[in-house]
Amino acid sequence: MKITSTIAILALGASTLAASAQTATDITWWHGMGGSNQEAINQISQQFNDSQDQCNLTPVSRGTYEEALSAGIAAFRSGEQPNILQVFDAGAATIMNAPGAVVPAEDLIKNAGYDFDREAFIQGVRYFYADAEGKFVGMPFNSSAPIMYINTDALEEAGVEAPKTWEDFEKIAPALKEAGYIPMTASQLTWMMVENFFSRHNIQFASNNNGYDSVEGTTINMTDEHLIRMFEKLKEWHDEGYYAYYGAGWSDNQGPFEQDKVALWIGSSGSFGGLQQTASMPFSATFLPYWGDVEGAGTNTFIGGAALFAMAGKPDAENACTASFFQFLTSPEVQKFWHETTGYVPVTEAAYDLAKSEGHYEEQPVAEVGIQQLMLEGGEWSRGYRLGFYPQIRSIMEREFNRIFADETTVTEAFETIKEEGDALLARFARTAG
Amino acid sequence: MAELTSPPAAAPRMMARMAARLRGKAADPAKRVQFDSRLLPWLFLAPQLAVIAVFFYWPSIQAVQSSFYLEDPFGFGSTFVGMANYADALTSNSYQRVARFTAIFTVLVTFLSLSLGLLLAVKADAVIRGAATYKTLLISVYAIAPPVAGLIGMMFFDMHIGPFVKLAAWFGWDMRVGLNYFDTAFAMIFVSVWKQIPYNFIFFLSGLQAVPVSVREAAFIDCKNGWTRFRTVVMPLLAPTAFFLLIINITYALFDTFGVIDVMVKDKPANNPITLVYKVYDDGFRGNDIGGSSAQSVILMLVVFALTIVQFRFLEKRIHYG
Repeated sequence: MKITSTIAILALGASTLAASAQTATDITWWHGMGGSNQEAINQISQQFNDSQDQCNLTPVSRGTYEEALSAGIAAFRSGEQPNILQVFDAGAATIMNAPGAVVPAEDLIKNAGYDFDREAFIQGVRYFYADAEGKFVGMPFNSSAPIMYINTDALEEAGVEAPKTWEDFEKIAPALKEAGYIPMTASQLTWMMVENFFSRHNIQFASNNNGYDSVEGTTINMTDEHLIRMFEKLKEWHDEGYYAYYGAGWSDNQGPFEQDKVALWIGSSGSFGGLQQTASMPFSATFLPYWGDVEGAGTNTFIGGAALFAMAGKPDAENACTASFFQFLTSPEVQKFWHETTGYVPVTEAAYDLAKSEGHYEEQPVAEVGIQQLMLEGGEWSRGYRLGFYPQIRSIMEREFNRIFADETTVTEAFETIKEEGDALLARFARTAG
Repeated sequence: MAELTSPPAAAPRMMARMAARLRGKAADPAKRVQFDSRLLPWLFLAPQLAVIAVFFYWPSIQAVQSSFYLEDPFGFGSTFVGMANYADALTSNSYQRVARFTAIFTVLVTFLSLSLGLLLAVKADAVIRGAATYKTLLISVYAIAPPVAGLIGMMFFDMHIGPFVKLAAWFGWDMRVGLNYFDTAFAMIFVSVWKQIPYNFIFFLSGLQAVPVSVREAAFIDCKNGWTRFRTVVMPLLAPTAFFLLIINITYALFDTFGVIDVMVKDKPANNPITLVYKVYDDGFRGNDIGGSSAQSVILMLVVFALTIVQFRFLEKRIHYG
């Protein structure tokens, strides 16, 4: 009797063991990253798989951000969606205005029995991928901020300090030019000089609470006097040789900085890792400048980069795995690993404190600039924006900016065109949601 | 080169049969084959028809259908809007601008790649010593995939390090590809033509080699002038090949240059010229505007359809198939 029961228990144990090995739930993660960032993603997934045996996560690169989003959409329409989809900032409205497409990250995590503390996330990250009530829909993942990189030799030669405001820049630009440098270039003006112009100066970007409240009747504030002034100044600096514009391509504007021809370059905090390998001279970084005479300016910038969305229509077991992965991803150790490997900012305060306590920023002061900028005091209009068909609105801006610097149009006319065509696209988007 | 002669030379003959079909005549009654069962021919055709149905008819029908709707990308809400997507596209300034560029681009790329291909073929045909080497060198470019061609072109025309840009600067041309509309258009046409010349070269060369030696010799006795001889004897005999290439080149310029353009505008068209097919992609896949993008692709489909009909109806009549 004893023997048989022992055998029975053994058999039972063996079968549960076998069962647990078989029932490791598979989940997939589609993302839009390549190169060293993709490797970091693979490493994080491996760490997650090694840390537990209930879930098995497979990351798949789907090309660029845009390609990942359209692949995710196509897959959703045919019922083959991945569990986790990475969606970039400009695509946020597309996925967040389709409420049936995603399970809000906050709900997912709470349903799986974990606690969720919004306040644990750093200031600048908290609202961008959240709904109007502040509930996290997307899980902030790779976050970046537009910052100003400084060619330290150039500034030393010219005998000037890095500018904090655009007024400062105007004062030092002649000296930098005199020293034989192009004073400034900037990549992706849409992100640096439009979207984050609004956040950095705490100015409303779009009606309906920057688009958060409703898609109906949302319009963009493209005729703001300060915004127009920013671009009129850029054009003026361009004509005087204080600012060089190399088109909409990111690397065309970054290249001359790497080659030591440019004194100041506005790029992403995430460019830091790459710049360390490509820059031919020592560099440092500081916050994105703002106009000192705009009241209330100097607030934090929007986060760039992308977030992770849990796609709807998945069984509970898989959702539980996705939740446990999100939980894993926000742990300070994983965030610190991601931050230090890629240059993206950590999304939680705990991870920032951990990196700081280990002396990471003493070795790499530039790595801290992005997160410090995101942690600046927030304003009413620096939380985020939610605009439909936004990638196309960005394309319109890119087209008009090229025309401004080619003298084909004036700044005022260009922004009137952007407003007209942008508002038409927003109205069109509102109809797709109807 | 003999092994190269047969398959390309067969293509114009296929076109002739297609043309005859379009005019409603039986092409070659002598070649008619009798099948025992009425089903058997369909059975043979089935695999090909299935491929066409799955990869062409079905998506086309879907495109036509979604062009009448405004849809949210995830497929939750879709509103019937009738012809609104078509009206939006055709009345938009940016669409008209892209359409104008596409027309100019197609004409220039087709004309330049055909004429340069023909010129090289005529010259290569006349070379006797080292002929194989010349031909191989000229043809080898054809093996380059369009995105790779775009990348190579991009490097040549890079605004910071491109050798062509430096060359242009030497002539006082401050070339800024990616920034200046005209310069980018120039670079795009340059790379697209360069990529297509070898294809035309192969066909023209085999077409030239198919011109019988006896005809050439007879022409040589009648006329001393090489240009007149080419114009009156060789050119008409080459016409079927040229007509075939014309259609292929127009299709190339309209559709297959996508890879070149995508690489050259680096994902951000901004103010740079793009073609209609790139705009379909940009609005549909980057902008997720499925209705608008479908309407544009239907318009493009109709244009190509009309163009092909016109070519067969009017141009093809003047061509004599040997």
